Amino acid sequence: MEHERKRDTVTARVTGELDHYSAQTVRRELDALIAEPGVKRLVLDLRDMTFMDSSGIGVILGRYRTMRERGGSVAVKNMNPQVERVFTLSGMRQVIQTL
Amino acid sequence: MEIINQMQLEFLSLPENEGFARVAVSAFAVQLNPTLDVLADLKTAVSEAVTNAIVHGYENEIGRVMVGAALRDDGVLEVSVTDTGKGIADIPRAMQPFFTTQPEKERSGMGFSVMQTFMDRVAVESAPGQGTTVRMEKRLREK
Repeated sequence: MEHERKRDTVTARVTGELDHYSAQTVRRELDALIAEPGVKRLVLDLRDMTFMDSSGIGVILGRYRTMRERGGSVAVKNMNPQVERVFTLSGMRQVIQTL
Repeated sequence: MEIINQMQLEFLSLPENEGFARVAVSAFAVQLNPTLDVLADLKTAVSEAVTNAIVHGYENEIGRVMVGAALRDDGVLEVSVTDTGKGIADIPRAMQPFFTTQPEKERSGMGFSVMQTFMDRVAVESAPGQGTTVRMEKRLREK
């Protein structure tokens, strides 16, 4: 997974389709990124994500809980309309910042 | 209303088949020339129903998932997703937003809510030990 670290923020580019099948791999890769020392903020860049269902919501919420426990945060940016619709329907806008 | 075209898929309850199922139903629906937004809604709802069959219907076992689609002459697509797995004891509860039997696996509990929002009609038939059928309808084009 492509990613970029700037100070305490890691930006990860999640690509392709995020469903139940791919969720385990994406979860493992994101957990490795946020486990690095000093990471306080995770930004998910979804510009190349072509599809997401509610399994993806579970992945994002899981990372949100991890970051919140350590006083950090999660933000999401560049959602396509399909991804944004699932994101909004799930009430994620109340807890996850969109950039 | 008459059925003008119909298809049926059957595949093993492997997560690898979630993408196949939603793309296949979407490709079948294209013949009525729906908008991209309508196709995206359809793909998302089918993905949720098939994932439920795999994750909840069969849990850790391998079973068979049947997906049917029928186009009606009024421009509506009927979709059914069936498993012969463990079934649902309390359907209204299972359909509540954020209800999940697997919070430790980071299931969001939003599957049925997504189906209900993205499709025009969703009905669930299920009984413990009897499996589950989810029937959905989506208008693909105006009359």
